[in-house]
Amino acid sequence: MKLIEVKNILNATVFTNHSDDYLANVEVNQACGADLMSDVLAYVKDKGLLLTGLMNLQVIRTAEMMDINSICFVRGKKPSQDLIDLANDTNLVLLGTENPLYVSCGKLYNNGLIC
Amino acid sequence: MKLHYEISGDDFLAAGKASSAVKKVLSQLSVNPAIIRKVAIAMYEAEINTVIHGGGGCADVIISPDNIKMIFKDNGPGIPNIELAMKEGYSTATTEIRELGFGAGMGLPNMKKYSDDMVVTSEVGKGTTVTMTVNL
Repeated sequence: MKLIEVKNILNATVFTNHSDDYLANVEVNQACGADLMSDVLAYVKDKGLLLTGLMNLQVIRTAEMMDINSICFVRGKKPSQDLIDLANDTNLVLLGTENPLYVSCGKLYNNGLIC
Repeated sequence: MKLHYEISGDDFLAAGKASSAVKKVLSQLSVNPAIIRKVAIAMYEAEINTVIHGGGGCADVIISPDNIKMIFKDNGPGIPNIELAMKEGYSTATTEIRELGFGAGMGLPNMKKYSDDMVVTSEVGKGTTVTMTVNL
């Protein structure tokens, strides 16, 4: 699935400086919903989307180390500028959706994005 | 090539800077991305542990033709029972750290999983040294 499809399915906002054209060329191979970065570091494969309600700099760092290419913050949470700056520096796409974590994962799964 | 980083024990949210820097260096050296990922994850977990449990310390990274060696040293409280600390799910992290998404007892097992060799030496009251090797 392309990241632009994720954006459309979740009616998401893009917080980083990535255009829709850019999102249309980013492939998302798998997704993971987690608030525990320890689990993300232990189990997630690369080139995926992380959906989370956790919001601090270590979420961005975790994604960077794991080669995760995009994060979607759920439940209408908005990242602070320092998170957005670090994500832009590491070319990580930050999205945000009003959907809760469970619903977000369900919608993406229903549309064919499996873990 | 030898790299050295000081790791502050005061600021958990700043942790990861050394791992990020090493990841960039390895990319510039055109190291295989799968190897870079192993090094980055193992190093990041160790860096987080150095902040959470060691109260800060330092990291030395030695890049050789055959392998990448990462040595983390802290002067923290030490690990009384290394075998127990290596068990998945065992954790002594505070509630505050858990609320930040860490401290699930996966750090040391994960460091072992992503490195080809790992040696932990620790003395209670003096500190801990973790040496991880990832083969090239």
